[in-house]
Amino acid sequence: MTTALPTTATDRGVQADRRPPALGGFSPAALRIELRRVLRNRRTLAFTLIMPAVFFLIFGLPQRGQQLDSGNSVIAYIMVSLAVYAAMVATTSIGAAVATERALGWSRQLRLTPLRPTAYVAMKVVTAMALGLIAVCVEFAVGAAAGVRLSADVWLLTGLGAWLGSLVFAAFGLFVGYLFPAENVMQFIGPILAVLAMFGGLFVPLEVLPDVLQHVARFTPVYGVGELARAPLTGDGVSTGAIANLAVWTVVFAVGAARLFRRDTARV
Amino acid sequence: MTSTHAAVELSGLTKTFGAVTAVDGLSLRVEPGEVVAFLGPNGAGKTTTIDMLLGLARPDAGSARILGGSPADAIARGRVAAVLQTGGLLKDLTVGETVRLTANFYRHSRSAEEVLERAGITDIADRVVGRCSGGQQQRLRFALALLPDPDLMVLDEPTTGMDVEGRREFWQALRHDARSGRTVIFATHYLDEADAYADRIVLVRQGRIVADGTTAEIKNLAAGRLVRATLPGADQAALAALPGVDAVEVRGDSVLVHTSDSDRIARHLLTRTEARDVEITSRNLEDAFLALTTDQTGA
Repeated sequence: MTTALPTTATDRGVQADRRPPALGGFSPAALRIELRRVLRNRRTLAFTLIMPAVFFLIFGLPQRGQQLDSGNSVIAYIMVSLAVYAAMVATTSIGAAVATERALGWSRQLRLTPLRPTAYVAMKVVTAMALGLIAVCVEFAVGAAAGVRLSADVWLLTGLGAWLGSLVFAAFGLFVGYLFPAENVMQFIGPILAVLAMFGGLFVPLEVLPDVLQHVARFTPVYGVGELARAPLTGDGVSTGAIANLAVWTVVFAVGAARLFRRDTARV
Repeated sequence: MTSTHAAVELSGLTKTFGAVTAVDGLSLRVEPGEVVAFLGPNGAGKTTTIDMLLGLARPDAGSARILGGSPADAIARGRVAAVLQTGGLLKDLTVGETVRLTANFYRHSRSAEEVLERAGITDIADRVVGRCSGGQQQRLRFALALLPDPDLMVLDEPTTGMDVEGRREFWQALRHDARSGRTVIFATHYLDEADAYADRIVLVRQGRIVADGTTAEIKNLAAGRLVRATLPGADQAALAALPGVDAVEVRGDSVLVHTSDSDRIARHLLTRTEARDVEITSRNLEDAFLALTTDQTGA
């Protein structure tokens, strides 16, 4: 009876198409609504777009005119560092939003729809990367307006480094989001991110830290991203240590998030 | 093609939480098109049963099938939709955005405008969910459930927290949207809701079905009916000896028969005696409900 049933479209003339959705329900239209929602959130905007820009104006501008060994300006270095910071806060906050949505019961509401959990996570990652891109662009725009001058390829490469590196933190956000189902999870991740950013050399160059801390810093999760993003600017190249740091933390957070995600979806 | 399948087929569903057996070997078959009330006091296992029916909770034993398939498959195909007490909403989306967002998760769905209209919340489409009342949020959940035009609609205490007017409007909206052939299962502890909106009542207590039948059958089952007639010189003993008679009272020319089979008593009175002015009144559902759900507590 039920063997040849590609669709039930003929059943009642206007009967709905009863196939499961393509891509598990992942859709650009849903993404647009999600992104609009994110961009309406004042807290998110304050921490991801405004705060890094203000940091730049406070800490970066006074250094105007000073130069790195490569010939590029110190404020460009600060701008790229803060772009990395802005992007990582952006992607973390979107990833961690799953905590809020679990706490509110929205994820339970979603289980009454055809949206697959993997499609849900994919939408979170895409939204995180979209906000991360906006964060980098805003920081660069503020920098350019304040007088940062770079060649086109350095703008592009540092921007890509800051943006793509923040993917690690989308995974970190998801990891935390699945670990703590709390509505206000960003309130305690925010300070943690700030400490990590400091160890990643985003607020002050690592060279000014005590030796021991400099050594420890190389193993913290922001170090690799920071080095990667600033390499085109400093002309130093990317060390294998930085690449290893980036690779290891990417795997740690992605695997951690995936495991918690599976635990969450298996719990029926 | 799916007409050979039950809308819902629960067999031997069992779920325990620690030492508490929430659902205890519950079996139920619901045919397409039935409107079934799942009636029981708080803690009777209604919500746990619904969670297992929808695949949101895994039964310790037994199985749940929707329209011949798994609950997950029915959800993926938009054949079942539900309004649950636990389903949360995003406070920072508007009502309209919530509907449009959810509509995108289906391969095919009705338009946002249509379901907002049917749920009666078109006027608050631009309101942020966090500023909606509990009743308005419940209407929004209902609108979301209408999106796939489901074959089976499951509602868990859908009118909890609404005032009388809100409840009436909610049921009116549900009625209004019910196309022929849609199966509806709703859990409630409001007796009048079960009485007014269901064709069939399944009474649950302590995770088991204690009664299952039409509203009239359920009332009759627990409390029976009262047959009153004018019959001077009634033979009390003869009436009391009829099958299904619980008690007979004689008050002057009136006779009152408490019975679980009012049809038989009425027929008897009208054909074998000189009785006139025969009236049959039923005890209300509340009496039946109380009798069935509380009489054995502590036993």
